[in-house]
Amino acid sequence: MAKPILDVENLSVDINVPSGVLRAVQNISFSVARGETLCIVGESGCGKSITALSLMNLLPRTARRSADTLLLDGQDLSSLREREMSDLRGNAMAMIFQEPMTSLNPAYSIGNQLEEAMRRHRNVSNSEARDRAVFLLEKVGITGARGRLGQYPHQLSGGLRQRVMIAMCLMCEPALILADEPTTALDVTIQAQILHLLAELRDEFETSLILITHDLGIVARVADRVAVMYAGEFVETGTAEQVFNAPSHPYTQGLLRCIPIPGKTKRGAHLGAIPGIVPNLVGRLEGCHFASRCPHVHDACRSGQLALRPAFEESHHYRCVLSPEACAENLKSGVAA
Amino acid sequence: MLSFALKRLGVAILVALTVSVITFSMIYLSGDPAMALAGEAATAEDIANIREFYGYNRPILIQYLDWLFRALQGDFGQSHYLKTDVASVIFERLPTTMLLGACAISFALILSIPLGVIAAIRPNSLIDRFALTIAVVGQAMPSFWFALTLMLWFGINWRLLPITGTASWLNFIMPSIALGYYVTPGVMRLTRAGMLEVLASDYIRTARAKGLRPLRVLFKHALRNAILPVVSLAAVQFGFMLGGSIVIETIFAINGLGFLAWESIQRADLPMMQAIVLVLSIFYILLTFLADMINAFLDPRIRVT
Repeated sequence: MAKPILDVENLSVDINVPSGVLRAVQNISFSVARGETLCIVGESGCGKSITALSLMNLLPRTARRSADTLLLDGQDLSSLREREMSDLRGNAMAMIFQEPMTSLNPAYSIGNQLEEAMRRHRNVSNSEARDRAVFLLEKVGITGARGRLGQYPHQLSGGLRQRVMIAMCLMCEPALILADEPTTALDVTIQAQILHLLAELRDEFETSLILITHDLGIVARVADRVAVMYAGEFVETGTAEQVFNAPSHPYTQGLLRCIPIPGKTKRGAHLGAIPGIVPNLVGRLEGCHFASRCPHVHDACRSGQLALRPAFEESHHYRCVLSPEACAENLKSGVAA
Repeated sequence: MLSFALKRLGVAILVALTVSVITFSMIYLSGDPAMALAGEAATAEDIANIREFYGYNRPILIQYLDWLFRALQGDFGQSHYLKTDVASVIFERLPTTMLLGACAISFALILSIPLGVIAAIRPNSLIDRFALTIAVVGQAMPSFWFALTLMLWFGINWRLLPITGTASWLNFIMPSIALGYYVTPGVMRLTRAGMLEVLASDYIRTARAKGLRPLRVLFKHALRNAILPVVSLAAVQFGFMLGGSIVIETIFAINGLGFLAWESIQRADLPMMQAIVLVLSIFYILLTFLADMINAFLDPRIRVT
């Protein structure tokens, strides 16, 4: 396998809160190859966004990041000072945020904000930066791009603003794009367009993509590999087929049962739901983090530290005391969370 | 932008007209002006003569329009006390007050905006506490007392600055500080609150995600959005300083408009007071208009409303 663009080992983020230390992200490891899409899936508050922000070194002041390995294209991010890190942000790695309505500065035209992203990192003239902005605005499907450079964010719809954000990310041709719920705030038809656009641009510019979402429908459409996150940990990782066809962790199984399948799910039948809420992450959790909500929970789940273990296939891992066979049995019997 | 400016200008003119009506009616607030002018020993005939002479016998609307058109031409009539042209006295005093106000507001803004910004960058830090202390002390301290304290230390004990008059720029230092200091707390707290809110916003995160340097994030992306309410407040406070410098001008014996107003009130010099109130109100209106224009320039969303 070629050298990955991003290689992360044992990344943890601790946040100081009044009641103690909140272990928002705990020892997660993953890597992303060139042109590959990794989807990080999980419900609100599981640590997805913190993971992305920690990669960009944009964590709030109260948070601390630690990692055994944190390599972007072979460069060690954890040893960089903030000044050096800011040279990479928007340059080698760029981020798209969840809230297109508020993520652009209302006081400046979109042309100004796009050009600024390039002039920060490249020694280009104003007209070169403007040409690049027009080129990318057209790439993201905005018509009459040159005329729109003078428009302000409040004159654009949410979908258009998110397209502008995507164009802004691409100004310096980053090797890696982090997209944190890029379509959550948009309506469904626009969601599909933006996702399609992201996938297209990823292929055209050979960019790697980390897509953070809670929407499994999105994952199914664009992911090469999937990491399911729960309470600060990865509970299952694998290729998209492995995770969708043979989900092993009870949480993944539960998530998948929440999606209605046209023609299969009976009209009027109850959709699956996972009872309970995510555990409090302040302090150290013993045993399996999902134990309090798991339908298959037993005494062995409540103590010790669980490691990710391989499922039937080598690249497929999950974090559960049950054997792969037992998990497959649970899936078949339909008793998931 | 042009239509916004015209709209604001229209509003400003309406406000100015309203103010002129109120100012004009000032002469009737304390009873019959002819009687007041004539004094206690006057006969009915004297009063009738005065009424005739000043035109108080005409319909009130005609009196108002006559007064307004004269005022528009810069003619505010004769001072009852000084027996000279009101306009020439006012325009002689106005530059001094304007200069004092400009120095005071500059002092206030130069001190309070950086302090507010720094306090917002490091909330609850030592410098934030220091700024808060200044704010509380400033808010609590009466400006006349502060002015006298300045005088005592810098003027009398250390003999660093002249105490009274307007002979050189040195004379303006203490009055500007005394007048400006009062405004500092409000501007500083508003800057701090605005910056705190803006710095936590999504577009600041975007700016940082672009790799922009901290100073550029702060000044280009944050301050421009946080400063909007400060502009409005500063304009109002500047107007307040022009009219409200009565105390400071009196203490430092500065021959400005505030001092003149104080004198005129004592002399019951109605045309003079009318003119001062009108001129200061027009300045208020102009400043508010100017603040609106600055804000529209800074924030494109304001231009369309």
